[in-house]
Amino acid sequence: MKVSGAEIVVESLKKEGVTHIFGYPGGVVLNLFDYLYDAKGIKLLLTRHEQGATHMADGYARSTGKVGVALVTSGPGATNTVTGIATAAMDSIPIVVLTGQVPTMLIGNDAFQEADIVGITRPCTKYNYLVKNIDDLADTIREAFHIASTGRPGPVLIDLPRDISAGMGNFNWPEKVQIRSYNPTVEGNRKMIEKAAEEIAKSKKPVIIAGGGVILSNASEDLRELAELTQIPVTTTLMGIGSFPSVHPLSLGMPGMHGTYYANMAIQESDLIVAIGMRFDDRVTGKISAFAPHATIVHIDIDPTSIRKNVHVDIPIVGDSKNVLTTLNQIVKAGQKTQWGEIRKAWLKQLDDWKELKPMCYRYSDTIIKPQFVIEKLYEATGGDAIITTEVGQNQMWAAQFFKFDKPRTFLSSGGLGTMGYGFPAAIGAQVAFPDKTVIDIAGDGSIQMNIQELATAVVYELPVKVAILNNRYLGMVRQWQELFFKERYSHSHLNTVPDFVKVAEAYSAVGLRAEKPSEVEPVIREALKTKKPVFMDFVIDWKEKVFPMVPAGAAIDQMMFDEEEPKKEARHKKLKAVK
Amino acid sequence: MRHTISVQVENKFGVLSRVAGLFSGRGYNIESISVGETLDPKISVMTIVTRGENQIVEQINKQLNKLIDVIKVQDLFDVDHVEREMVLIKIAPPQEQKAEVLRLAEIFRGRVVDSSPKTYTIEITGDEKKIEAFLELVKPMGVKEFVRSGKIAIAREKSKG
Repeated sequence: MKVSGAEIVVESLKKEGVTHIFGYPGGVVLNLFDYLYDAKGIKLLLTRHEQGATHMADGYARSTGKVGVALVTSGPGATNTVTGIATAAMDSIPIVVLTGQVPTMLIGNDAFQEADIVGITRPCTKYNYLVKNIDDLADTIREAFHIASTGRPGPVLIDLPRDISAGMGNFNWPEKVQIRSYNPTVEGNRKMIEKAAEEIAKSKKPVIIAGGGVILSNASEDLRELAELTQIPVTTTLMGIGSFPSVHPLSLGMPGMHGTYYANMAIQESDLIVAIGMRFDDRVTGKISAFAPHATIVHIDIDPTSIRKNVHVDIPIVGDSKNVLTTLNQIVKAGQKTQWGEIRKAWLKQLDDWKELKPMCYRYSDTIIKPQFVIEKLYEATGGDAIITTEVGQNQMWAAQFFKFDKPRTFLSSGGLGTMGYGFPAAIGAQVAFPDKTVIDIAGDGSIQMNIQELATAVVYELPVKVAILNNRYLGMVRQWQELFFKERYSHSHLNTVPDFVKVAEAYSAVGLRAEKPSEVEPVIREALKTKKPVFMDFVIDWKEKVFPMVPAGAAIDQMMFDEEEPKKEARHKKLKAVK
Repeated sequence: MRHTISVQVENKFGVLSRVAGLFSGRGYNIESISVGETLDPKISVMTIVTRGENQIVEQINKQLNKLIDVIKVQDLFDVDHVEREMVLIKIAPPQEQKAEVLRLAEIFRGRVVDSSPKTYTIEITGDEKKIEAFLELVKPMGVKEFVRSGKIAIAREKSKG
């Protein structure tokens, strides 16, 4: 029996377990939207911009581990998804984006709302399809979900010409998916894993660098087992935050450009680096030639191209972090009894000394709100039981530095692409997946304005997302670089007229709250967390505040800058607050 | 170092642009690329000639392998293999050199595939050195244009062990 292409698409999505689609209608996808009008068991959430839809699908995917789905129209609808797709690609996030396309016979004619989206997204998708035969629809969707969610995950785009979604065809759901040219290596090479275990036993000053791959492969427990068993300290990259509890005694926090002093020192002094599900991004390594000069490097990653791309690797292990760590832990446990605590004692003592010498800290003020103070208060008020998303810039770094994460999939941030405007829609996507959880977007006044229209989406679907706007009236990270490296020439980083975010929230029928003094921060947060609606919290912060430590671009990661000049100017209300 | 890489791919539309995009997007260099069907019409083979430091070529091989439509990548650098390239050359030699051109074509086992009152079009097949040598010899004799096919290569059977 023949059924409509729209029915094949939507029923295939349901077979894949999709319950929510983020989307925006338009001419060539009307058949799909018509079928969704009364489809059961699947809900489309109408966003206010297609970029918002892809970031929501991304936030949904990061917080759940499931594949996020977006559905948009052709031409501008499709091109608006590109930033969201590239964001997901850089951070290996499984999403499937369905785009409408002009009818097959018009493709290439510069038809109304036509864009070669398959061509445009080829370099920023894991794979993409243009469906030209209605009988291929079900197979294509099955394959797309398989490719998006396996191996190194990533975005997959399916372009659907109008005659495909509007036409009639056969619906045969393939139970199995077999792609002869796609067989990711999941199990690591045992010999290599044994070698890694030997290095771990031999090393005196080892460090684990855990990245987003640990979270993607659900290997947090295995990572913790390895670290505790062998007493190796763990530093988590921006994407790896949450893969290892930040309050754990073996935690070193984040490494790299805005990493902790002790994480960067540990890497530079180490004799062994066990890199797991991370790709030695330039923000982590700093100057490559000066990175970890004494270390033997073990690199575990599912993507062979990540290995030896940036740094020399002594022991490459291609495989899924979860599988490799399970095997590694077995080998370590079965090996000779080692007095791990004893052999690591001197090294852990050294790390404690570094933590003592330069802890993560900021200068507290009781007259002006410090952004780090807001983040500490958010942590206290939620008890850490929240999903935190961030925008990009100072807000992102302060959130990464000062909030404490003990569970995976609770810190959602655009790491690779660095997309301003990501955090708010991602928070909405996470809230859709977890309606009862506290979801907070830590934002800047610049970033929030990049997808502020999605407040309407949050209001309409009663998604009580909270947005903490660290409002310094500047593009703060740009301003910081201009202050430090461009002789304080603040070229186009001052936002001048920032809207009244309280009124904006109210205009959208959401709730707006403002804090202008440190004493108002906690009451505003408490009030927001009590409110069952979306809330904008406008924190008017110290515009001069900078993110420290900081490794200048191109310097080795132990060449850190610290907050040193300020005491001269504001010597009166100085109180160093150490954060453990 | 120069590497000849033989890549088996799914014979689907867009595959060539995925492979080409991999090179252009990462700043790798393609010296030549040639594509054709195989015994199985669903599979094509691309012969890619590229150049780079070892680490770059390692990345190229890995990146090619990572493409979903790529079935198999074989870098022929360390593999005993046969390489061939074809060139079509249109020459308009002066009257007194016409015989010489034909003689050279014969020495190089070329064939005249087209002729007009003023020109010959000659086909030469061989490895790169042979083609370069022929071009050098005939260049002073009035070469109007030439087209090269790009290299194709195949591993020798015995070396597969």
